[in-house]
Amino acid sequence: MRFEGTAAYVADKDLMVAVNAAIALERPLLVKGEPGTGKTELARQVAAALGLDLIEWHVKSTTKAQQGLYEYDAVSRLRDSQIGDERFNEIRNYIKRGKLWEAFAADRKVVLLIDEIDKADIEFPNDLLQELDRMEFFVYETGETIRARQRPIVIITSNNEKELPDAFLRRCFFHYIRFPDAETLHRIVDVHYPGIKQNLVRAALTQFYELREVPGLKKKPSTSEALDWIRLLVADDVAPEDLRADPKNALPKLHGALLKNEQDVHLFERLAFMARRQNG
Amino acid sequence: MFIPFFLELKAARVPVSLREYLTLLEGMEAGLATYDVEAFYYLARSTLVKDERHIDRFDQVFSHVFKGVEALSGEGGIDPTNLPEEWLRRLAEKHLTEEEKKLVEALGGFEKLMETLKKRLEEQKGHHQGGSKWIGTAGTSPFGAYGHNPEGVRIGQHESRNRRAVKVWDKREFRNFDDSVELGTRNIKVALKRLRRWVREGADEELDLPGTIHATAEHGYLDVQTRPERRNAVKLLMFFDVGGSMDDHIRVVEELFSAVRTEFRHMEYFYFHNCLYERVWKDNRRRHAETIPTWDVLHKYGHDYKVIFVGDASMSPYEVAQPGGSVEHWNPEAGALWLNRVRAQWPNSAWLNPIQQKHWGYTHSIQMIRDLFGERMYPLTLAGLETMTRELSRKH
Repeated sequence: MRFEGTAAYVADKDLMVAVNAAIALERPLLVKGEPGTGKTELARQVAAALGLDLIEWHVKSTTKAQQGLYEYDAVSRLRDSQIGDERFNEIRNYIKRGKLWEAFAADRKVVLLIDEIDKADIEFPNDLLQELDRMEFFVYETGETIRARQRPIVIITSNNEKELPDAFLRRCFFHYIRFPDAETLHRIVDVHYPGIKQNLVRAALTQFYELREVPGLKKKPSTSEALDWIRLLVADDVAPEDLRADPKNALPKLHGALLKNEQDVHLFERLAFMARRQNG
Repeated sequence: MFIPFFLELKAARVPVSLREYLTLLEGMEAGLATYDVEAFYYLARSTLVKDERHIDRFDQVFSHVFKGVEALSGEGGIDPTNLPEEWLRRLAEKHLTEEEKKLVEALGGFEKLMETLKKRLEEQKGHHQGGSKWIGTAGTSPFGAYGHNPEGVRIGQHESRNRRAVKVWDKREFRNFDDSVELGTRNIKVALKRLRRWVREGADEELDLPGTIHATAEHGYLDVQTRPERRNAVKLLMFFDVGGSMDDHIRVVEELFSAVRTEFRHMEYFYFHNCLYERVWKDNRRRHAETIPTWDVLHKYGHDYKVIFVGDASMSPYEVAQPGGSVEHWNPEAGALWLNRVRAQWPNSAWLNPIQQKHWGYTHSIQMIRDLFGERMYPLTLAGLETMTRELSRKH
């Protein structure tokens, strides 16, 4: 079982090595990177490429590790007992399976995505150590141990909002998705918009990288923003010549797709103003 | 077999453990990187490094330990300084038009041009740009000057120029993430998170499940209990040094400021110049018109505030020690006295210094202020911020 990228996802060699190592040694793969470089998409593409089902667990600030295993619904059991429902005698009726349980219980190997693990509490990764390491956990309410029938391929993404504990990191493979260089980005655009005018792509990407280089940007546009922007350019049928940086207008066409922050837009307006003064 | 490599990583302060090393061996055994240096590099990186901040150090160690390996695997690059002149000449001939060749002749001939080119190549290597910026792209090469497309001449690197393994680690693309170097707002926020203190206060909005179960068991009927939501209750007071020598550090201080602003709800800030005296201000443009007595600040904010001073602490020693030492006005009381009052009012206080720690010893006033703060002066780097937050969040 090897991952070689897919028709819709351009994977660099370093990423492929990391993914294949995680698959072969059955360890979780931790993926970090700037927002919008395709961390979440990676799990979907790995699942698609290997023909496996994908189970997604999106972590929020309120998510507890226990919720990934199972939840014991004490309140409804209490309610049922008060209204005399017979179901309450069986504790299993009130245990809800979490995503990890689902992945462990699946008949076939699956890809399990734990998305944005850094959003949760600091202790969250620590609480999952054993579960991810041995791929088994214990259900206290029923006294049974759930073991993975097939060890799932676990892909974990992080946006770096919190430091992850060392003990957790030691059990993972790690990959940092770099912002792609111009060549790779060109390939990515080609994959997403086949048959696009090559000179438009070149002009757009040149301008895109220039924009990323501007010092002082609060939020640098990333791959997904570049793709959105190019889609807009195509939809608007902008000619490559119109894209050329005009000193009188430092803001690129349809900049709304690239600059998501009014301070950044102001920065560009100031730059344009300065450029005008220099020329005049 | 990779034990020296492993030990050198440890020595370079990349946090690696035996477990990761064994994983790497396991990966090698599974045939994940056989006969491929590049794949081995990626495999080693993804097993041994767990944080992008350490990748740069890893790259350095890797390139040091495995020097020469790439030559064995037959993928070595051409040594740029040993380019045969013939080769260069042919390259130039291929790309230059007749007129351009004439221009070259006019400017001292091909030999001379090649000499400069060679020199430049050597220079580039010496400056450790060794790979990504070759002649041509820099825009200063003689080739570029004669109107040649700069994209075309990439000496010593034929196709797939960025993909050769030798270059991948020598490029050191992860340099920016090393935590002793750079600060970004996002990173600062992460570092500051440690200061948070969760407290439940305010309106009862959340269902308290254990409480409900407990109360229900006690009363025999369903008794729903609620409790307030968790909130970050840390209170922060910041003093920023502005103007003068701090102008060099505006960017990093700005980043710190914006990170702090979004991270803490109870956050107040004041400005001062060089050292703290009897007045501070909130608006730099009106600093002479609208100032606030420092006594008011000392009285207004309680002992539970955590206080951070941000400044380079570089000034004449008189500005700290003597009444009347300030460069801007006559101060009746010495700066040191004010700083001592601050320390007494807020035991949880620290000083962040944007100057690199290794230079601290050369400025007398830095040492003085450091003593006043009981050694609690930290460099304004991620590592410094982390030590500071750890120190400040300790109970006193």
